[in-house]
Amino acid sequence: MYEFLKNLDRRWIFLLMLLAVSFPILGRWSFPEKISPMVHDVFAAIEELPEGSKVLISFDYDPGSQGELQPMASAFTRHCAEKKFKMYFLCLWPLGEPMIEKSTNLLKKEYPDLKYGEDFMSFGFKAGGEGVIKVIVTNMRELIPTDQFGTGLDNIPMTKGIQNIQQMDLIINVSAGDPGTKQWVQFASTPYDLLTVSGCTGVQAPLLYPYIPKQLRGLLGAIKGAAEYEQAIDEHYPKIAAMPEAQEAKQRMGAQLVAHILMVILIIVGNIVYFVGRKRGDAR
Amino acid sequence: MKRTVPLLIAMFAGIMLLASTFIPLTETWGETVTIWFDILAVGAFVLGGGNLLKIHLEKISSKRSGWAFSVVTLLAFVITLWVGLVQWGVNPPKLYPTHSWAGNYIEEGSGLFWIYDNVVYPLTATMFAMLAFYVASAAFRAFRAKNIEATLLLFTAFIVLLGRTYAGVFLTDWVPGFMAMITGMTPEHFNTMQLDELTGWIMNAPNKAGNRAITIGIALGVVSYSLKILMGVDRSYLGQD
Repeated sequence: MYEFLKNLDRRWIFLLMLLAVSFPILGRWSFPEKISPMVHDVFAAIEELPEGSKVLISFDYDPGSQGELQPMASAFTRHCAEKKFKMYFLCLWPLGEPMIEKSTNLLKKEYPDLKYGEDFMSFGFKAGGEGVIKVIVTNMRELIPTDQFGTGLDNIPMTKGIQNIQQMDLIINVSAGDPGTKQWVQFASTPYDLLTVSGCTGVQAPLLYPYIPKQLRGLLGAIKGAAEYEQAIDEHYPKIAAMPEAQEAKQRMGAQLVAHILMVILIIVGNIVYFVGRKRGDAR
Repeated sequence: MKRTVPLLIAMFAGIMLLASTFIPLTETWGETVTIWFDILAVGAFVLGGGNLLKIHLEKISSKRSGWAFSVVTLLAFVITLWVGLVQWGVNPPKLYPTHSWAGNYIEEGSGLFWIYDNVVYPLTATMFAMLAFYVASAAFRAFRAKNIEATLLLFTAFIVLLGRTYAGVFLTDWVPGFMAMITGMTPEHFNTMQLDELTGWIMNAPNKAGNRAITIGIALGVVSYSLKILMGVDRSYLGQD
């Protein structure tokens, strides 16, 4: 047994991982979610704003992180739609525009009463990373004269009076890296005291904790944060709770649970092999 | 001249940006300089594209190992560039029906959207998903309790791995109640003995403190390096020529 484990072909581990994530995904396993204080803060920051508030939603990620971030992007969109906010979509990643499209398509399908230009609109992708944030925080028209489809901002009812993003009541950022939440905190929320919440990938989350709670009101960390946020929305909005497509993150937590348990088992087995090997004098 | 002019431009732009941060009257100067950066970045894209062509064409012509991958890279680059530049399949916007070039280059149905949907999206998502397999393999082979530091890291990893799933709640939800029963104190005193709460504490206390220290250290380093550039003391960013 020891020899087998010591020289274990990594393809066995790949197979185990495949099985560990396949069963929960195919069986649509989901587990109860306990809402953490951090996620509660994000939910409360959005929930406490009055109807009609202006919210800038920046989707700074691409298909590589979509598996981790799309559920929270959809949850943010649904929450804002339920609150009847004015939603301004933007992305700073070249491949982020289709992510905005996913949210606008969601709005068209689930909230047919909301109209483009009156309830939501998209600035599309803007090149320049943090430079874009630095400019639009004081003078949006200089860098973004039109929406994603080339319509002048003065011809869109909800952007007529918008001169800069200091007029926004909240910034929501879904971030997979740079430019992302760190840049929004550095160039928008900190110098101009703008209320900001974020959702980010698991690897980014520890780096963003230092900005909480002053510069960043709250943070959804990876799929776990998204699942808790879906739970918080479900508890307040029964209509959303009844929608299977609004429970994406919770369903992915099933696969995460089994995969994490497998990782713990692999680490324990790996260490047993290591200590047995050391005792025998052939540890690497 | 070759070094002095870029040096002066860097100093001028840096001082402008610095001034615009602290002097409200000069705020718009900072915006202008930032927009210059965007314009220059366009030039960098062209240089980047040229560099990519040069490196891969050299590799193909000298038939170095892996030259076939260079052919794939160049074909992907040229086809994507062409489809994007000619706005293949892009419809004119409703507002300007006579301006065929005014359409959104990545709208659904366009050539670029097809490439995105059928090539970029599945490839990048697959690359990211494959990480789970490699991390599992690495966990088995490399994550060893060789010393105290590694053992601490290992236990922290266990707590976070379990605490970030339902397993954390399932395994330790009973602990506060049980501890309260034994000690006679309220269950809230023992909340952090639950894995999910403990995970939150790890992220909020040791992680936050460590990251803040690193961030402040980096920021001080950036300030010192930026001052060196602004004063022309450090010129290494200008290159050797």
